[in-house]
Order: sequence, then C-alpha cells, then structure tokens
Amino acid sequence: MSAVQWHRVCRADQVRPDRGVAALAGDPAEEPDMVAIFRLGAVNDDHPEQWWAVDHTDPVTGAAVMARGLVGSADSTPTVSSPIGKERYDLRTGKPVVGSGPALAVWPIRLVDGHVEVGAPSADSETQRTEQ
Amino acid sequence: MSDPKHLVVVGNGMVGQRFVEELVDRDDGAWHVTVLAAEPVPAYDRVSLSSLFDGATLDDLTLADADTFQNHRVELHLNCAVDSIDRDERVVHVRDGGEGPVPYDHLVLATGSDPFVPPIPGADLDGCFVYRTFEDLEAIRQWASSDTVRSGIVIGGGLLGLEAANALHNLGLDTHVVEMADRLMPQQLDGPASAVLRKAVHDLDVSTHLSFATDRIEGDDGRIHSIVEKDGTRIEAQMLVFSAGIRPRHQIGEAAGLVIGERGGIVIDERCMTSDSAISAIGEVACHQARVHGLVAPGYEMARTLASVLTGENKDLDIAQTPTKLKLLGVDLATFGDPTGDAGPDAERITFEDPRSGIHRRVTVADSVVVGGVCVGDLSSFDLLASLVGTKLDGLPSAPDIGKLIIPLSLLGETVAFELPDDALVCSCNNVTRGEVKCAIADGSHDVGTLCANTRAGTGCGGCKPDVSSLLVEELERLGIEVDRSICEHFALSRQQLFDLIRFHQHRSWSEVLTSHGRGRGCDVCRPAVASILASLANGYVLDGDQAAIQDTNDHALANMQRNGTYSVIPRIPGGEVTPRQLIELGQIAEDFNLYAKITGGQRVDLLGASLHELPLIWQRVLDVGLESGHAYGKALRTVKSCVGEVWCRYGVQDAVGMAIRVEKRYRGLRSPHKLKSAVSGCTRECAEAQSKDFGLIATETGWNLYLCGNGGRTPRHADLFATDLNEEEVIRYLDRFLMFYIRTADRLQRTAAWFEQLEGGLDYLRSVIIDDSLGIAEELEADLARHVETYQCEWEATLADPDRLEHFVEFVNAPDQHSTPVWITERSQRVPAPSGAAT
Repeated sequence: MSAVQWHRVCRADQVRPDRGVAALAGDPAEEPDMVAIFRLGAVNDDHPEQWWAVDHTDPVTGAAVMARGLVGSADSTPTVSSPIGKERYDLRTGKPVVGSGPALAVWPIRLVDGHVEVGAPSADSETQRTEQ
Repeated sequence: MSDPKHLVVVGNGMVGQRFVEELVDRDDGAWHVTVLAAEPVPAYDRVSLSSLFDGATLDDLTLADADTFQNHRVELHLNCAVDSIDRDERVVHVRDGGEGPVPYDHLVLATGSDPFVPPIPGADLDGCFVYRTFEDLEAIRQWASSDTVRSGIVIGGGLLGLEAANALHNLGLDTHVVEMADRLMPQQLDGPASAVLRKAVHDLDVSTHLSFATDRIEGDDGRIHSIVEKDGTRIEAQMLVFSAGIRPRHQIGEAAGLVIGERGGIVIDERCMTSDSAISAIGEVACHQARVHGLVAPGYEMARTLASVLTGENKDLDIAQTPTKLKLLGVDLATFGDPTGDAGPDAERITFEDPRSGIHRRVTVADSVVVGGVCVGDLSSFDLLASLVGTKLDGLPSAPDIGKLIIPLSLLGETVAFELPDDALVCSCNNVTRGEVKCAIADGSHDVGTLCANTRAGTGCGGCKPDVSSLLVEELERLGIEVDRSICEHFALSRQQLFDLIRFHQHRSWSEVLTSHGRGRGCDVCRPAVASILASLANGYVLDGDQAAIQDTNDHALANMQRNGTYSVIPRIPGGEVTPRQLIELGQIAEDFNLYAKITGGQRVDLLGASLHELPLIWQRVLDVGLESGHAYGKALRTVKSCVGEVWCRYGVQDAVGMAIRVEKRYRGLRSPHKLKSAVSGCTRECAEAQSKDFGLIATETGWNLYLCGNGGRTPRHADLFATDLNEEEVIRYLDRFLMFYIRTADRLQRTAAWFEQLEGGLDYLRSVIIDDSLGIAEELEADLARHVETYQCEWEATLADPDRLEHFVEFVNAPDQHSTPVWITERSQRVPAPSGAAT
C-alpha cells in the first residue's frame, strides 16, 4: 500500500459524539478539500465508538452540508443522512444504503495523540476507520 | 471472500422457514443453505390450517416466498426425509439414498413435532385422525364428506384443539371439544379468561366438555361411533380428532447421541445450540430450559436468535418476553409475561370483565412488579401493557394507571369510515394514484420503504410519505395483516407507545431511551422523534447533553436549511403585529447580510441565505430589537395568524389580534409530532382563514367558536367546529388539553388533520376526552402544558447567552475564518441560489 498523506485537522474532543464537523484538508493556498468527520458514540459492545470521514459535499445537490447530517445505523451499518434530501449513506463505503444514487468519497481517518487526522481519499473506496 | 460454508436445515415448517428468511436477511454470503423437507409442499401456515375449510387454498397459506429460494443461495428439497446424522463425518443421510450424503458445516434441526395420540382403547378405529399437516386435513375432509358423518369430537381443548374444532365446525359437523383440565387452553389462560373464551365457543354452537377423562373409544365394524368417559358419560360422533399435545420429533437427534430433555426434545442453550456445537435445534423439536414450546411465537424467537448467532451477532433467547397474539374461532386472544397469573398468594390481579361483549382483560402485579397478563376479545393498549412486564411500579412518582389501561378503548367510541376513490393522486410528483399504491400493497409491499420503491410514490419531494404510510396501515388492516407501527428498525414501538414509556420512566436523555427501549444507533427517523418527545415533556434547552446528537439538522442549527446549505431566519411576530422599528431593523439586517426577504403565509418575515456562522450575528440583532425565535426550524407551533379584529375593522366583534397574541405566546416553542398552525378571525367573514388551521378561533358576539384539525397544504381539510361561544378561559383550557392530547397520541409527522381522521370515535370522542374528560387525563394534560408555559425560553436567547453553545456555529472546525461559497444569482433585485445548487 502506498504511503497515505495525513492531515491533522482538529482535536478529538472538538467533535461531539454522534455529530459531525466539517474540516478543510490540504494546503490552504491550494483550495483544500472539504471533509465531514463523524464520531459515533459508544452504545454497547456491538456498537463501539467509531470515527469516519467522508466528503462534506452532498453528492445529490452539491451543497457543502454532509457534516450536519444525522448519524445512525441500518442493521450493523454505520450511516449518515444528507440533511437536504435525507438520502442515507454507508459511512464505511460512502455508498447509498438503498438505491444506486451517487456515492460519497471515503477518507482514511485515524486518531493520533488525541488529534484527528485524515488521509487523501482512497480511489477504490477502501474502508478505513479507527476504533477505540 | 472465502467460499460459503454449508448450512443444512432439516424441516421446512413455520419455524424452519422463518429461520431461513431471517438468515438470508442478515447473511452477506457466508452461508450456502440447503433445506431438506419431509413434506411434499413448501412451508405453510399450520396455525391457520382450518381456514382451508373456510374457502382458503394451500396457496393462500404458503409461507415460502419464491424469491427466498430463487435469489439467494438457498436450495429446497421436498419429499426428502432425513434418516440419520453422522456427526463425525458431518453429513446427513437422506432416506432412500437421494443423491448421497449431504455434508454440513452447521446443521439446524427444525423437524417440529408429531401429534400425541393418547393410549386409549379404540384410538386406532377408522374415523380417528390427528390434526397436523395438510394431508391430515385432506383425510379429515374426505371422511367428513360422507352423509353418515354428522358429528365430530376433538380430544384436547388447547390451542390446536380449538383450531381443529373450528375445522370440523367449518365442515358443517356438530362439534364437541373434550378437555381433561377444568378449562379451555389451560396452558395459557386462567379460569375467568377461559370462561370468556368458552362462551364465545358456545356462541358458535361448538359444545365443550371440561374435566372429561376419555376412558375408551367404541365402534362398529372398525368405525368409531362414540367416546365414553370413566363415569359412563357417552358422546356419539362419527369421527374424532386427537389434539392432545405434541411429541417433539427428536428421533434423528437422539440416534445421533444429542442430549434429550426429560420430557422429550433436543436440549438447546440460550443460543439454540445442542450438545454438539455444530448442530442447533429450533421450534417444537427443541427443549429450552426443560420446556418444549408448542406455540409459534417462541419458535420464531428461536429462529431469530439462531439467525443472529450464525451471522456473528450477539443474541440470547428471550422467550418469556415474547407476547403472543392470536385469533381463535373468531376470538382475539393475547398473552404476555406469565399469563396464567400464577404468581403467588400476594399477587394482585387488575381485571376488566365484560362477559356480554366477550371481553376479559387482566394484568397481574406481584411485589409491585408487572408479571404478565391476558386479553381476550379486545387487544387495545396490549402492546403498552406488554411493554410494562418486569417494570417495578413502586418508587416511581407517576406510576402508570393500569386500571385505566385495562379498560378497552373500543368501549369509548366508534370507528369513522372514510375512503377516497382509487384514482385520487397520492404522489403528485410521480403521478401515483391510491389504486396503484393499493395494488402494490396487495402484491406484497408491506413496509413504507418497499412500497415507495415499488410505486415511486414518495420518492420525489417526499411530502406524501405520511399519506402513503397511512394508506398502507389502512390496507393492511383491511387485508387482515398485522400492522407494524414501529417508528423504525431501532424502536419496535409506535410513537405513542414510546411517548408513554418516556413519560412513565421520566427519561431525560437519548442514551436512556435508546438503551431501555431501542437497538442499534438510531437513525434520522427515530432520533428527531425522541428529541421531540423529550422536548414536549421536559422543555429544557434542546441542545444540552446528548440531546444535541438527536436533533434534526434544522433544530441543531436553530434555523431551516435551504437547498444550497444556507439557512432562513424567521423571527416570531405574534399575531402578525410588528412595530415599524422592528420592520426597519429586519430590513437593515437583510441588507447588511445580503439576505433575500419575503413575507410568509403566516404573517412573518422570512430572511433567506444566511450562512451557518452568520446565524448568531443575525439573531443577536433580531433579539436586540425585541423579537425572538420563531421556531420555524422545529416541529412546533409556527404562527397564529390574525385579522385586525374589532379594534380597526368595521365588522369585527372581538379583539382578534389580542387573542392571537395571547394564544401564540402561550404555545410558542411547544414541540409536537408535526408543525402546528393557528389563526384567529375577528368575525364570521373569516379573513384569517382559521378553518384551515390545526386550531382556529372565530369571534362571535358572545365569545369564540373553536375549530380543530383543519389543514391547508397538500391535503386541505376544513376544521371541525368543536365548541361554540367559549370565553377566553375555556378556549385556553380546551386548547391546552387538545394540544397535549395530540402530542401524546399522534404518530411522528402526523398533522392534526390526519391524526383526527384516524381517531376512533371522531369528533364525539374528541369532545368526550377534551370537554368531559372521559379518560380522566385532563389534569395531567393541563399540568404538562403548564410546565411548558412556565419553562419556556427563547432558544436563540439561551444560545447567545452561553459561549459553549455557540461553538458549533462554525463551518470548518480547523478554519473558523473560511466559508464555503454557494453559487448565487440575482433575480428581481435579490440574491437567490443558482438553479443547479452547485457549491465550490
């Protein structure tokens, strides 16, 4: 696997459980990417804390809003819903939970020393996440 | 991915079939399933077999969905009885060889049971039958078709015995049920409940003989003619059906050396595993905690549990908690917890009994804990009652009044029938009619998601989804299919049930509600629904604690998100009355922030196009000029519109503006299942259009006429005149009760008009609850509403007063000074989103 370029975006405690934040990843001078970062709170052993990062841009409307969507689960799939059209996306793959609409790009994400870092988006939507 | 493992299921009865469906639902390719079934037909609904004599065909009863066997890795082999299991080689041998041994990685035994034929002399006479399979019923039908067969006896007054009696009755026979115990359904019912059932059975002209121990069966020429009791009592009949219990069909398991229970059945643990961890057993062949369960509900619970376990989930059997509902000889029956009420001498039994209507309802409480109950003849509130099992009533400040819950709702009012024509449009975006939706429901689309996907209704703007879902409920009820009113996959409860539970347990946080009553992480459906209920009941700041995590996007930003991700700002303008100073400042704000301005339909000013980070700056200025949050972002009271009334108008007879302001200020901020709109007109000319609102007032010479449950929007409905010539205090009292009653009992996103249409008993019932307090809840409703009024605060004022609460009004967490820039164009001198809505 080629080396991933990691960007440190914020402290972990800046993201409230079960909500998202938007962040800019990349060089501020070169039109950085907008990333939506989600922290799914621990519910029980089946649903431990999880971190996910996907595009902040809603693939249907083009609006920069995904970080403001509601998170949840569909069976064991972690999800986020678009705040505009309510389409539900699988946070692991970025694909819609139902139907064949456009997908979100998924970003690698990790926690380092209490900070959140995201990597360059994977071309094949390979899943990445950190569990605590 | 590695090759799928081989799962072999022996038996394709109701439980075996349910297991396969549950597994296919969960499995993502780990298993290849082979089903070996001894019967010549795929799984059918054995519980409803007697309906074959009432016009149904085997096709009607077939459970196996052809898709299950076509679209997935599932093979079904009929006429394929299993002879033996070789546990060392992990193969099963099929009778007559078949295509050789079938290998398995995991084996599921769902072989069910055989009917028990008691060792009574004469049990082998011609005309004696068992009642178990489709073929048994065919044999019974043939025998009964002879002219000489006029009456029939069923031995056994349990669940299946009564079903068999129904079958004989449907065949036109003079039918007798004999039972050894002193009551019908002794396993499930206590004496009084059983007596109600017995009366219903007698009303069908089926005779019952209790405490009847059959001594022998007598016949001529090898054919039965009567049965005789020990004391000599004789009942004549030309046929007899044994339904005296079941014997688990555990022989192949026993021969393979699996541990067998003392009274039969293959012993399983909490995960349905037998003494061999590669073999599990479910349904009537299984023995769980020394018990073989003869009802289908525990079998289904085993099917669910095993399917979860085999797909890597953690789940234990939860059989005691499985409430059971069934319809027997036309009588509705339901039990939960320990239904027989055998909970010791100190147990308290709270009972409602109406033998003339055939209703018996009981809840048993022992040591202040609800232990179980039974409902016969009327199942209203059953789900709520069932959810209370295990609840300790002491020490709770507002214990539920079980006495009230036990009274059948059906005694309180009549159902209102109302139907639109089939060519009426449901979904105007995609041109879908009611008729098309009904066809799809009849064709098997039984949940809103599938229904919308198959008809395309609700896939445009989504505004008709509530109508699609009520049409689904109506149709399923009409088709006699049990209706699932669950909020979503995470809560198997209706909104009303969840509301009652949250109120009863005084939950104050999402995590409490989710852990106590839900599963998974929730979703964008249940989270806002719970947020609304918590807000209706406690009225704290909606973004405190973990409530922030469940607010809809709009509630979280305290503003309405528009199509390009910017927000609208709508201050409250009670009754539409605004000072020139306030209007000027709103105009100034719009200019300073380049916002699009429009007057709303509810006599307010809408400023559109604000970015997330601008909201606090804008709202500070709105508050400074004496205006407050308009809750346009919430499912809550929106506006109370008014005409100028008698103060100015030559025709006005009351002060409409004053009344509108009083009403709007009282109910502002009240979170509800959907938005609430109101209006007040100062005379009968009705300029404020009060009759198209959720609640409206029209002035009369002596007071106010109160109109309820009107609607504009996509399904206009004229409000009903609820009460006339009320004084102000009466108006407020009835409105308090009405609003809280609606908030308590409506489904999510159900406006008052749709709620009213589904209210059993209609306007008379609503009047009896609100005016006459027929449910005895008026005091509670008023107290809940009074708490709301006392604790109301402007959410924007509360937000701006606390720097922590302002933290999330930043677009990028790591670049507070940067903002996304939607594409704007100018139209009629104002800034509006570019049509494509593309952002850069």
